[in-house]
Amino acid sequence: MTLNPMHQFEVYRIGPEIVFGSINLSFTNASLFMSISAFSILLILYFGTKKKLLVPSKIQLMTEMSYIFVAKMINDTAGSSAKPFFPFIFTIFMFVLFCNMVGMLPYSFTVTSHIIVTFALATFVFVGVTIIGFIKHGIKYLELFVPKGVPLVLLPLIVVIEIISYLSRPVSLSVRLFANMMAGHTMLKVFGGFVISLGLLGGWLPLSFSVALIGLEILVAFLQAYVFAILTCIYLNDALNLHH
Amino acid sequence: MELEAAKMIGAGLAAIALAGAGVGIGLIFGNYLSGAMRNPSAAQKQFPNLLLGFALAEATGLFGLVIALIILFAF
Repeated sequence: MTLNPMHQFEVYRIGPEIVFGSINLSFTNASLFMSISAFSILLILYFGTKKKLLVPSKIQLMTEMSYIFVAKMINDTAGSSAKPFFPFIFTIFMFVLFCNMVGMLPYSFTVTSHIIVTFALATFVFVGVTIIGFIKHGIKYLELFVPKGVPLVLLPLIVVIEIISYLSRPVSLSVRLFANMMAGHTMLKVFGGFVISLGLLGGWLPLSFSVALIGLEILVAFLQAYVFAILTCIYLNDALNLHH
Repeated sequence: MELEAAKMIGAGLAAIALAGAGVGIGLIFGNYLSGAMRNPSAAQKQFPNLLLGFALAEATGLFGLVIALIILFAF
């Protein structure tokens, strides 16, 4: 079974079994790698902000770069009114990025390749943005579903389409990240299997191909975290600046 | 037809979605390059949009893959 490319996504229990009623709360490899990525973010940010030098050290530079990157992204897409939500978007971006990147290490587990993880993140974003919109605009937030300048005849159809597209946001947001990570990692393992099955003589071709694929996958890991964060910004922009 | 065979055929058909994703990614990068050749000074500014478009186009193809996996493993 170790040659099965889907084997890497298996969740298994580490340590004792903890069950509350019908809920299984055991510590799994998924929770292990989730904590590893959360702790590495914590460590990097802690050591990056510990000594505030004028000429930054490498780790401080990394922290500053990630801060500036996310701050610029929020400012460009959602405007200055989204500034208070910086910690939220920074957390989401860093968490998804580190989960993806930790998953690129050999023998590790990609947390974001499970739909329940990404769906929980996306639902959180969706519910949060909807609540923010209703707090900020009240019942007028429903105007989001009525685009300006649409002929009155088309309006019933457009409103239904807008509502469906709004409700499918968490699905598309989560499936995009999940499918990218799962497809990429399956592809890596399939090419790894080719190296084994072609042996010492013909295995070099898929090996060099899979080196290039790993480069692509690292790019995709970053890109998907970026897309997740920027789409969160765009949804936030819809909620904060209605019809702009 | 046997159910197992029909599942395999269905999963294979769902992979056709990747053709559209290929066309989309090609269009995005091709148009970005031709735009960047015409006006190189504006190219750097549109690079985040290029990446966003690439990721969005790639994801639509992967939705097809997800459907293939649902057909294969969920039913």
